[in-house]
Amino acid sequence: MSLFSQQNKEVFTGPLNLNNPVVAQVLGICSALAVTSQLEPAIVMGLSVTVITAFANVIISLLRKTIPNRIRIIVQLVVVATLVTIVSQVLKAFAYDVSVQLSVYVGLIITNCILMGRLEAFAMMNGPWESFLDGVGSGLGYAWILVVVGFVRELLGSASLFGYEIPVLTDCDFFHNGMMTMPAMALIICGCVIWAHRSINKVD
Amino acid sequence: MKLNTNSNVYTIAYASVMVIIVAFCLAFISSALRPIQDDNVANDKRGQILKALNLRDVKDVQAEYDKVLIKDIILNVNGEVIDSVGGFNVDSKDIQAKDDAQKKLPLYVCNVENDTVYVVPMYGRGLWGGLWGYVALKGDFQTVYGTFLSHEGETAGLGARIVEPWFQEKFIGKKAFTDSTYTEVAIGVAKKVEDPASQVDAITGATLTSNGVDGMFKSSLAPYQKYFSANHK
Repeated sequence: MSLFSQQNKEVFTGPLNLNNPVVAQVLGICSALAVTSQLEPAIVMGLSVTVITAFANVIISLLRKTIPNRIRIIVQLVVVATLVTIVSQVLKAFAYDVSVQLSVYVGLIITNCILMGRLEAFAMMNGPWESFLDGVGSGLGYAWILVVVGFVRELLGSASLFGYEIPVLTDCDFFHNGMMTMPAMALIICGCVIWAHRSINKVD
Repeated sequence: MKLNTNSNVYTIAYASVMVIIVAFCLAFISSALRPIQDDNVANDKRGQILKALNLRDVKDVQAEYDKVLIKDIILNVNGEVIDSVGGFNVDSKDIQAKDDAQKKLPLYVCNVENDTVYVVPMYGRGLWGGLWGYVALKGDFQTVYGTFLSHEGETAGLGARIVEPWFQEKFIGKKAFTDSTYTEVAIGVAKKVEDPASQVDAITGATLTSNGVDGMFKSSLAPYQKYFSANHK
């Protein structure tokens, strides 16, 4: 099987659209609400999850034939927890501001259902390369939803993007909608994204 | 030979080896990155002190801090200088020590726009967790030059708003103590402002956080009483 066969393409693109972890599988909603009040932490969170799902998938996939069945969930958790700890340490060292903003949510990537879901459902049964594609796809599928929600919330909530105020909008009172910065609005925006996604794709 | 991955011995051996590898790997990364992380934390603290001095948009925090700071002295509750350097590195536990005799009180002496300004670190408790901040006083130890406030995890949109500059800037120009004996801290946050010269309006919906900020000002400034009354201009 070639590296970029039709099947592998589907493994990669599925989670980006039709099989999106957030809008179709409704996984990882908790952190999607928490870190999306601004665009920058949303992107960092999305990338961190992408990196972690990709590598956790590869590691588990390489080990899959050696993992004792009875402790497989524990092994998956240890791999994920190790990667998350490494990412959080690296962020603290090289992106301190962002790590302060993300605070506990980096640690909570461990509990992100996308990770365990992909490990158990995909990496345990497929080779490393397919698993890597699946991990990157799932992570990016999660990331783009965060970016959309973060974009809307930062624009309407603080009239800025990436922390830079947009001069035309700052004069308009509507663009300082405090409600947008609260998690409840993230859920509603998430709902709107799911609505749009389903009506475009005609999913029942 | 095919391994029996379901045997007890294999399972236990697998788990043990995995744990050892992971532990080694994490310990290595943690110790390798520790110095950079400590630097970041210290730099963040410097940035907070600069914010209390109303220097809010500083690019090179380290350079600006070095320029502004004259010295960081350590005091005790009797107003004596224990050490003329090293206030920056005093542990927050020593600042808040229950026993007055063991308190180590840092005081940052700074020079901003040719004026000597004194920065006092503050620690307190909010609704969900710790609060901290810095208050900068002018040479009379009475007039507030600026403040910085932060928190561990106050409610977003309510208590968490104490980090926003509009709230912190309300304290500028307030009177910190009732009189020049410095026995009673006047500055604080009140739901119903009775003394506009030293009180600031509380944040609506964040009564407990506001009370926490109020208590933080009172408990953190009080130990400096003897030094202030002996050294004020």
